[in-house]
Amino acid sequence: MSVPSIVMFLLIVGITLYITYWASKRTSTASEFYTAGGGLKGWQNGLAISGDYLSAASFLGIAGSVALYGYDGFYFSIGYLVAYLVVLYIVAEPLRNLGKFTLADMITARFEMAKVRGAAALSTIVIVLFYMIAQLVGAGALIQLLFGIPYWAAVLIVGVMMTIYVLFGGMTATSWVQIIKAVLLMFGTAIISILVLLKFDFSIIRMFSEMATATDAGEAYLNPGLLYKNGINTISTLLALVLGTAGLPHILMRFFTVKDAQTARSSVIWATWIVGIFYVLTIFLGFGAAAFVGKETIVAANPAGNMAAPLLAEVLGGDILFAFVSAVAFATILAVVAGLVLSGASALSHDIYGQIIKKGNITEKEQVVAARIGSLVISVISILLALGAQTLNVAFLVSLAFCIAGSANLPVIIYTIYWKRFNSNGAVWAILGGLITALVLVALSPNVWNPEPGKAIFVGTPLVSLTNPAIISVPVGFICGWLGTILSKEADYAKYNEVEVRAQTGISVNKVSH
Amino acid sequence: MARQNSKNIDYEKIANSQSFRRLSKKKNSFLWTMTVIFFVLYMLLPILTSYTKILHQKAVGEITWVWFYSFGLFVMVWGLAHFYVGRANKFDKEAKEIIDEYERGAGQ
Repeated sequence: MSVPSIVMFLLIVGITLYITYWASKRTSTASEFYTAGGGLKGWQNGLAISGDYLSAASFLGIAGSVALYGYDGFYFSIGYLVAYLVVLYIVAEPLRNLGKFTLADMITARFEMAKVRGAAALSTIVIVLFYMIAQLVGAGALIQLLFGIPYWAAVLIVGVMMTIYVLFGGMTATSWVQIIKAVLLMFGTAIISILVLLKFDFSIIRMFSEMATATDAGEAYLNPGLLYKNGINTISTLLALVLGTAGLPHILMRFFTVKDAQTARSSVIWATWIVGIFYVLTIFLGFGAAAFVGKETIVAANPAGNMAAPLLAEVLGGDILFAFVSAVAFATILAVVAGLVLSGASALSHDIYGQIIKKGNITEKEQVVAARIGSLVISVISILLALGAQTLNVAFLVSLAFCIAGSANLPVIIYTIYWKRFNSNGAVWAILGGLITALVLVALSPNVWNPEPGKAIFVGTPLVSLTNPAIISVPVGFICGWLGTILSKEADYAKYNEVEVRAQTGISVNKVSH
Repeated sequence: MARQNSKNIDYEKIANSQSFRRLSKKKNSFLWTMTVIFFVLYMLLPILTSYTKILHQKAVGEITWVWFYSFGLFVMVWGLAHFYVGRANKFDKEAKEIIDEYERGAGQ
């Protein structure tokens, strides 16, 4: 670890701990803990959403796969971005108008039943745990590479830091860590991109023509097909990305941190621009790494290409830029896992403990204590799982989390807001149907079974050939919700009237003038 | 911020009012039409690249059509995001009128 690296690393740790200290003094109610009191401005929440979204997998992963696979590496970015339109058009505003802290709050605004809340909390916790394991294992491997410390120590550092942010600073600290990280990330990415473009005389056409011969793939580097050869698999994965975002618990939770639907709307616009510009810049990062670092060096550092962006920074800007990019990667990991802990804790403490076990008879003080205990539980479980999962190839867990979010959460969100006949039976069926189908199909997939030892968790032939089952499980989630509804006579149109009016107009959330 | 107790609002009355039904219908048909359009344009990309070579042809220099299609989707996302805000602001105004109308009616 070089001197600049140590300085930048300590700077990041120092700033984030100071924010946590500052935030801890303004976190005394459950609303402040879970949603920063709903007081974030549109641009702040927009940056924080981008921060939640631009994980290390996005930053280092996409830059690396563009470097190694050209166009195919860039493919996922499109899905991640278009997903914001689904969030903006369908989910953001009704969610803000109906919800309080969690997805389950929003669904139970229509069906006040423990079974509905329990199912929604369960899918939230499953998604959070999968996402967390993927992030923490990735974080361990990366910090091990960046700073040359052992895997277990890397996971513990990240795990302890995220627990401190959430435990003491709640959503206020987590949001500000996200905001600062998003700004640093955009800044670092922009600098590297400009340095790369400088090498091509700021000509995109020249960059592409040089890239056509710069790698051993030749012109194929600039076209799809280098990495994704199975059409149905590609379509299924892209489907999971575009529909899953609107059901990811840590993204959904972000809409409760703003005061009304208008602010929720403006935060999505901010996020759309920031994330979109970032993904365009990953092309320069990836191309630059392929041209100036070279495939062999990138693969030698990490077979998945995760070191492409830091190595490129080193080639273009020396020790200082390398240290900066590594510190930003570290901050990125910390911020994303902190956001995940909060969304998991909200399902565990608010939904399961506060609303189901204590039936809402819980004082403000008890709620905050429960929230902190819940955060600790989620943190410890995920750190232990990550320590045990070191040798596992966890890249698929992220796309699996998107798949479950799209199959279990999205159908129930859409039906709750837009379908009058929908009932509590349908809600439970939609969540469990989507969740179980996605889990079973993945358990039978090539991610888990491979005839070659060491390639997957078990040795054997997979029964399902899809690596991401969204193309089956998302429709199953919708069909289950529909079947569960029509097979039950229950219908409460009066309650739907209330939900529809509140979702569409924001009445009772917005200040009503008299 | 004063929150009005939701129990005091006659949702039934608002939900069944002509003006609310009109707004709800207009809003939903706008949202779902646009959603179908951008979803189809998005899913067309993997279908075209997986099963045809149309987008593999060069457009400008070495840049192939697939990059233009992809960048087109980026522009579409930014454009539709702002288009949405424009429409949503209009819907907000109508929603506010409906609430005002209700409050005047319920104003005893």
